[in-house]
Amino acid sequence: MTKLVEISGLNIRFTGERTVYAVNDLSLSLGDGEVLGLLGESGSGKSVTLRALMRLLPKKRTQITGKVNVMGQDVLAMNDDQLSSFRGQTVSMIFQEPALALDPVYTIGAQIAESVVRHEGKSYAEGRARALEMLEVVRIPSAKRRLDAYPHEMSGGMRQRAMIALALACRPKILLADEPTTALDATVQIQILLLLRELQREFGMSVIFVTHDIGVAIEICDRVAVMYAGQIVEQGTLRDIVRSPVHPYAKGLLASTIHGAKRGQRLETIPGTPPSLAEKPHNCSFAPRCKLAQPRCVEQLPANVEVGPGRAARCVLAEQMAAT
Amino acid sequence: MTETATSVEMLEPVEDVGGVAQPLLQVNGLTKHFPVRGGLFTAKRTVRAVDNVTFSVAKGETVGIVGESGCGKSTTARLLMHLMPRDDGDIIYDGMTVGQALSLRELRRGMQMVFQDSYASLNPRLTIEESIAFGPKVHGMADGTARALARELLGKVGLRPENFANRYPHEISGGQRQRVNIARALALSPRLVILDEAVSALDKSVEAQVLNLLDDLKREFGLTYLFISHDLNVVRYISDRVLVMYLGEVVELGPVDQVWDAPAHPYTRALLAAMPSSDPDRRTEEPPITGDPPNPIDPPSECRFHTRCPFAEPLCANATPKLTALDRMGHEAACYMAIPGSGHSRAPAGETA
Repeated sequence: MTKLVEISGLNIRFTGERTVYAVNDLSLSLGDGEVLGLLGESGSGKSVTLRALMRLLPKKRTQITGKVNVMGQDVLAMNDDQLSSFRGQTVSMIFQEPALALDPVYTIGAQIAESVVRHEGKSYAEGRARALEMLEVVRIPSAKRRLDAYPHEMSGGMRQRAMIALALACRPKILLADEPTTALDATVQIQILLLLRELQREFGMSVIFVTHDIGVAIEICDRVAVMYAGQIVEQGTLRDIVRSPVHPYAKGLLASTIHGAKRGQRLETIPGTPPSLAEKPHNCSFAPRCKLAQPRCVEQLPANVEVGPGRAARCVLAEQMAAT
Repeated sequence: MTETATSVEMLEPVEDVGGVAQPLLQVNGLTKHFPVRGGLFTAKRTVRAVDNVTFSVAKGETVGIVGESGCGKSTTARLLMHLMPRDDGDIIYDGMTVGQALSLRELRRGMQMVFQDSYASLNPRLTIEESIAFGPKVHGMADGTARALARELLGKVGLRPENFANRYPHEISGGQRQRVNIARALALSPRLVILDEAVSALDKSVEAQVLNLLDDLKREFGLTYLFISHDLNVVRYISDRVLVMYLGEVVELGPVDQVWDAPAHPYTRALLAAMPSSDPDRRTEEPPITGDPPNPIDPPSECRFHTRCPFAEPLCANATPKLTALDRMGHEAACYMAIPGSGHSRAPAGETA
């Protein structure tokens, strides 16, 4: 499988009033036609990683080191012109809150047409035609009429469909999805997930899907990377991670999701709270909350150990597994 | 912990009047409509946020309310707490009608609420200890006693008072803030606590901690919960009985296992089927229903679900189905398909039809 995205040794630090080590020594890759889930809780660095891939982080206050390679291009070395062509055409993004991501003063049709005109050099009329086609692809009812609708005139689910139409208008190879279904109602969320799954197959896109909800990841992802405190603590195929997680954090996260838990039965929890990220991690960030912590977890950063084909965990337990 | 528990003075809980058989809370025909100003040439319209909602909560039970945004579940909670005036309906707390036999001040002693936004519901200028002690002081407790009570309650919700009492809300995490809000609600020794999406904004691992805490507190203080959430897994875990709301109306209610195992209303079925799968080999293939929930401004007439219902028949648009008992366990649904002899082709054969 060819790799569309290769990230290695990525470090992201926010400076300013206080320093935050948001992402630390992160490496991941995305294959052709693959859906990769970044799973983690708030502050784990999943959205920051996604934004770094498109260079959307504020320049002045962000220090990025490492390598981000997308389809042979070095993203971190791009200038503004190159970035404008890169965004929307090679890589496109959908966000959690379409009401904030869409421009409130232009109609949906105009916004989609503009992106087609900019990236493909087509005429505005051709752009409008593509817009109509895209609205039909994402199954917006009476698409023709909706072309002239402003974002505020649509319901939440419709807006999310419109944003997907905009993101896919120039047929990007890679779609980045930042919790696109989190703000939606349950009955709408499943519709959007199924739509994304179908479009991914139809367009042959690769997708990186950021979510905090394991259920959502199960519906859409092929492979999952679990993040904690700015690091990927475990990655592997969805089945492996869900059925037999190795890292104690991944285990705890799966156990604490209330799925089919019986009333009166205690829920399994992870004690404590995530670390503050004010320092660069020099040992296992999860050790203070870990039931299985050993002295050496506190002494040094555990290595990223390969425990199987395409399966790795950053934990001393994984070392033991790999040794046997 | 135990020796301090006896030394700290708490406000006496509101007295139990009616005994165990009397519901702690009885809500009859609760209604709230918000007027929406029309344009220059358009007529005035109304949001029918809560429409003729009737239910009861027994002593010591946990009742869940589920539904999507705009279904009226949070408005119901606010009406119960008298945070906004209601248009119609009665709220009866332990046999006493609020506003007649029971004053609002007494009601607040007996009923407290925890909100979704843990930050917005605390005064940013008060320390945590002051916030928790504020309620008891309003109800006549001396400052020193109230502060001691606040520290005691902090311990009960799993926050060490020596570390947290003098901190401000912005200095602690969301999960810790929500624990503070729970302590604040408990400071008046209420018997009923309304939890309005109280765990929805928390991360999964923290959510489980808070749910365990709620379970402990319920047992220790003999509480009754009204638990509002959009998360069906959480509601199933915590509730004894559940109400399903759609566009301001209760469409189904009953013991949680009956509702989950044999949902009678097509909306409940869709809601349950919309939950993401937990098995990678059995993903959802078909969306259970299409479209968004309609705007609660001028909702569809008669059965409000008929515009999205796959089984809708002309009957559903012509008359409103009433909540009808399905068994003797209190399982009720408002759907013609569940009402014997209603005239719907899928209705069970009725004795009187």
